[in-house]
Amino acid sequence: MKKYTNTGSKDTRSGFGAGMTELGQKNENVVALCADLIGSLKLDDFKKNHPDRFFQIGIAEANMIGIAAGLTIGGKIPFTGTFANFSTGRVYDQIRQSVAYSDKNVKICASHAGLTLGEDGATHQILEDIGLMKMLPGMTVINTCDYNQTKAATIALADHHGPAYLRFGRPVVPNFTPADEPFVIGKAILLNEGTDVTIVATGHLVWEALIAAEKLEEQGISAEVINIHTIKPLDENAILQSVAKTGCIVTAEEHNMLGGLGESVSRVLALNNPKPQEFVAVKDSFGESGTPEQLMEKYKLNNEAIVEACNKVIARK
Amino acid sequence: MTKLEHLQDFTSQVRRDILRMVHAVNSGHPGGSLGCAEFLVTLYQEIMDRKEGFDMNGKNEDIFFLSNGHISPVFYSVLARSGYFSVSELSTFRKLNSRLQGHPTTHEGLPGVRMASGSLGQGLSVAIGAAQAKKLNHDSHLVYVLTGDGELQEGQNWEAIMYAAAKGVDNIIATVDYNGQQIDGSTKDVLSLGNLKAKFEAFDWEVVEIEQGNSIEAISTGMNLAKEKTGNGKPICVLLHTEMGNGVDFMMHTHAWHGKAPSDEQLAKALEQNPETLGDY
Repeated sequence: MKKYTNTGSKDTRSGFGAGMTELGQKNENVVALCADLIGSLKLDDFKKNHPDRFFQIGIAEANMIGIAAGLTIGGKIPFTGTFANFSTGRVYDQIRQSVAYSDKNVKICASHAGLTLGEDGATHQILEDIGLMKMLPGMTVINTCDYNQTKAATIALADHHGPAYLRFGRPVVPNFTPADEPFVIGKAILLNEGTDVTIVATGHLVWEALIAAEKLEEQGISAEVINIHTIKPLDENAILQSVAKTGCIVTAEEHNMLGGLGESVSRVLALNNPKPQEFVAVKDSFGESGTPEQLMEKYKLNNEAIVEACNKVIARK
Repeated sequence: MTKLEHLQDFTSQVRRDILRMVHAVNSGHPGGSLGCAEFLVTLYQEIMDRKEGFDMNGKNEDIFFLSNGHISPVFYSVLARSGYFSVSELSTFRKLNSRLQGHPTTHEGLPGVRMASGSLGQGLSVAIGAAQAKKLNHDSHLVYVLTGDGELQEGQNWEAIMYAAAKGVDNIIATVDYNGQQIDGSTKDVLSLGNLKAKFEAFDWEVVEIEQGNSIEAISTGMNLAKEKTGNGKPICVLLHTEMGNGVDFMMHTHAWHGKAPSDEQLAKALEQNPETLGDY
């Protein structure tokens, strides 16, 4: 199979910070808002270089979303930054009314999503955010897989008009997306061609899917791997074309099985070409404290879980 | 006709619009709408520096946000009669396929509306963001926002009130419709707001009180005073003492008409008290 090289592990949130640094230089309408988490969101450079375009809101996320909506009136492109839990669940109605329904060009950027937040535990490990955001009409939902892709997605969002949710995380993970690969919102990336099973992965699970595909190859199973960085709008054609060839699918995400990527894929299959599907996702539970690796193993969100799901789904064909 | 007489006539017509719109669909919020008729008429016809037409960004003009979106009838009437859209469109209020939704929205592209409101407590934050955008754009115009008094029970307002003072957002005039009523009764009984003036002052806002919030002259004087206070490092709050249901005797001195439409008979009686001046829609 095609080999992907880790060019140096980094956290996806640093990709966001680097994207903001670049946007700050090239687009004077871009403004950044943060709710007392500048260091965690890697917004230090943006703040230092553009103090007039940086808004420290304090620990008041509802106010932050409202202010961001207001800043668009006057032509600004606001990027809000806080943890995923406080970016979505805490401020759902503010996003719904002041951003989504009002069609405001706000980019809600969320770090520390999912279990890989680690030791802080379930209060901070939101596993429902993709579902919450994808249900809002007009909202674009993106979950990037590595540093380079997060940086590219951040930059691409400034040229995209409309509300968007960008989800990334805290842990240091392999960086394998080519630095010069353009980010096309809504366009899936075919990482590996295969014929026996389709693996559709998003976020941190994309690298795990590549490892899983290598392991499956050793077992004589040819796995197609697709990176779905945009959960909404979903690249339905990419999924349907692949499943037409492989006849079964595994979805992999660091999110609750209910409301996540997997259910979006199920809908596409049910309407067009029903085929067996297995879900690598959290089985409707909260998380807990632990290291990211321990948690991903306990909640079966790693390459081993993907291999197991692939074997199971192939048997159901 | 003097300017004052013109504004009084304008207000009488706005009251008729409110009553007829709410009556036609047997739903909507006449009480708060009537209470703010003089204020919105004076704001749009005398206080705000507005450009012809409507552009969402509102650069180089004063802009207004309605946070207590349920008083949409008065907002729609004043917008239509200030030229943002055809007065005849008021007849579509709350009906299927209308741009005049029960609560205001940008979603249907109604000129004059810059954000959706209805879920309470969000407008002040949005207005503050718009005010900060004006500063970034070196636009010296002002941002106006109206909130209900009961609406201040929503916590997001206090995040916004703390923020605006701390960040010196001094190009905003936030008016509180201080009518002392909410759905379940008086604000005193439901959840007392305490000393609102002292609260805003403690949060380091400039406060202007308009005791006669249904007097066009008093509103004009008070709002001009508020304008004079802008640009001095502090946000401005106007406590506008209004009478819910003002202009219709049987709708005043009660919270009963917060969200209730008049019957045919009640409408006729209410319209008798408010003569047609600019032509009904």
